[in-house]
Amino acid sequence: MNLFEQYNPLEDQILKVIDNNGKVIDKKLMPALEDHFLIQAYREMLFARTADYMAVSYQRQGRMYTYPPNLGQEAISGALGKVMREEDWLVPAFRELGAWLAKGATLKEVFMYYMGYEDGSIFKNAPKLLPVSVPIASQLLHATGIGYAIQYKNEKEVVFAIVGDGGTSEGDFHEALNFASVWKVPVVFIVQNNQFAISVPVKKQMNSVNIAVKSFAYGMPGIKVDGNDFFAMYLALKEAAEYAEAGNGPVLIEALTYRQGAHTTSDDPTKYRTSEEEQQWQLTDPLTRFNKYLKSKKLWDDKMEQEIIEQFKLEVDKQFEEAENVPPYKLEDVFKYTYVDMPEDLKVQQMEYENFLKWKGARQ
Amino acid sequence: MKVMNMVQAINDALDIKLAEDPNVVVFGEDVGTEGGVFRVTEGLQQKYGEARVFDSPLAESAIVGSAIGMAIAGLRPVVELQFCGFVYPAFNQIISHAARIHNRTRGKFKTPMVIRFPYGGGINALEHHSESMEALYGHIPGIKVVIPSTPYDAKGLLISAIESDDTVIFMEPKRIYRAIKQEVNEEKISIPIGKAKVLTEGTDITVVAYGAMIREVQKAMVMAKQANISIELIDLRTIYPIDKETIIKSIQKTGRVAIVTEEPKSFGLAAEITSIATEEAFLYLEAPPKRIAAFDTIVPLPRGEHFYMQSPEKIFYELERLIKF
Repeated sequence: MNLFEQYNPLEDQILKVIDNNGKVIDKKLMPALEDHFLIQAYREMLFARTADYMAVSYQRQGRMYTYPPNLGQEAISGALGKVMREEDWLVPAFRELGAWLAKGATLKEVFMYYMGYEDGSIFKNAPKLLPVSVPIASQLLHATGIGYAIQYKNEKEVVFAIVGDGGTSEGDFHEALNFASVWKVPVVFIVQNNQFAISVPVKKQMNSVNIAVKSFAYGMPGIKVDGNDFFAMYLALKEAAEYAEAGNGPVLIEALTYRQGAHTTSDDPTKYRTSEEEQQWQLTDPLTRFNKYLKSKKLWDDKMEQEIIEQFKLEVDKQFEEAENVPPYKLEDVFKYTYVDMPEDLKVQQMEYENFLKWKGARQ
Repeated sequence: MKVMNMVQAINDALDIKLAEDPNVVVFGEDVGTEGGVFRVTEGLQQKYGEARVFDSPLAESAIVGSAIGMAIAGLRPVVELQFCGFVYPAFNQIISHAARIHNRTRGKFKTPMVIRFPYGGGINALEHHSESMEALYGHIPGIKVVIPSTPYDAKGLLISAIESDDTVIFMEPKRIYRAIKQEVNEEKISIPIGKAKVLTEGTDITVVAYGAMIREVQKAMVMAKQANISIELIDLRTIYPIDKETIIKSIQKTGRVAIVTEEPKSFGLAAEITSIATEEAFLYLEAPPKRIAAFDTIVPLPRGEHFYMQSPEKIFYELERLIKF
């Protein structure tokens, strides 16, 4: 745990590899990653951002219901997408679009979920991706339990579990960390500290120097990372995953970021923050920094960016239209999955409603 | 056959499933070394090891929440919460996740797990140790709720609960944990979830009860017999899915129904069974259904509990009034 020892949360130290201009701060830290790997990582983040922009716009057009934008937080999911392996589990909160896609979710499914279909939570090609978890922090306990099952079966898998800064106030956050540490299970807990729980800023959420420091109370390593720095996130996640997989127990990563958009499309951030503050954080934008780094290495240019965004838009539109054209919701979809073994009474309730529908049909 | 009390019968069911299915794990506060506060899991850690039968830290939400994760990843956890009155911190996990994950993922994930806890009063227990909150769980779509009244049923129902692919809340009437002994098959038995049992056939009143109240009703039935009132006693055994068919068939025969429960009277099981009787057997009823239930008050501490609990005399008093309606 080299990095975790080097960056002490008690002194509020933060792991950073590149600055806001994409310049490498400390060459020794820079991970040795192939050019094509970096380009691919950037493309994935750009795809997630394009899809996210368009999702907000679909919602504004009335084609999708309430949606929580990811804008500004793409480096966390982007790095996670590059560290997670097929055998690993992802236990999301609800603002990790890039990581879901990396795990095998399709945009069509994501759009279906926000259009109001349960089918959008299946993630057919991602057997180890859980659905979003709306009750804040409650999902972290599932990660701990999955970690126990991994250990019990002697598998070499890691669970990545995500929560926001507000979620660290929930009892389930503390219970999940404690249980995971006592049981020494392979879970990497990632807190996306995006500065706000809807409207409540971090300083009203906690009185600790940072979030990473909370790990110490549970006897596990913790680190505060610049969550808008792809390289820093990659390093921290990689080291955490290796530590957990080796049987050393769980790890806590605080990823410092900023939610540039609204909490959801129903929220209005102008009520609780200033545009000056937003502009300050804009300077740390994860894609801008990554883009500048790639340009400095002559791996990327504006023309490539424009071309690829146009391609991405077509792809996003295609998947959105597919989601818009799924067969209509059926009555049986309401009933079919409430139980594995459906009680007789539910069958009766379904049949009674079918009778009503028949009656209604005959009336028209 | 072996004579067992309910504690031994539940232990036996766990023992059989632990031996048979390597995915079964048993955990909770004090269930490992000590064998549980009521000794239900006694000896199981010694037999199956600490990876399969273990003590967890003290946090109900985490016990249930981590069991959900284990179940998602293919295990069949059986967790113990120490008392019905201590389940509330886990409520979010039960209602928001255990009950929903199968539906939310259209069957991709399921939560085959059992949440066991003792419930009910009548043992002079401390505050928060005497609650009967089965209606809370019966009201949640996505889970099943079971309450046995005998050692035999406890064993057979728990085995079915562990084998169920749906989450089962298994409530144990602690008042009769050791009060009833019965011959129970030593080999594996199973009793289907969702089926009530007619314990005694009768012609005048259908009495629906479950858990520790069965024994109280049976005592009241001795008085009823002397008064020439013939009782048909139904042991519900499963709270949800409730066995409407058995209840309705009996009411069609007797024309009268009383429900005996330890729960507060309003919005509970007794109200539900009253609805079943009036919705589905209205024309057979010769008297309004009678709820013989606890007050809508907080469970009193032991010195006041005799007012609150249903005694055989109180049950007989209500049955006599019902027959005279």
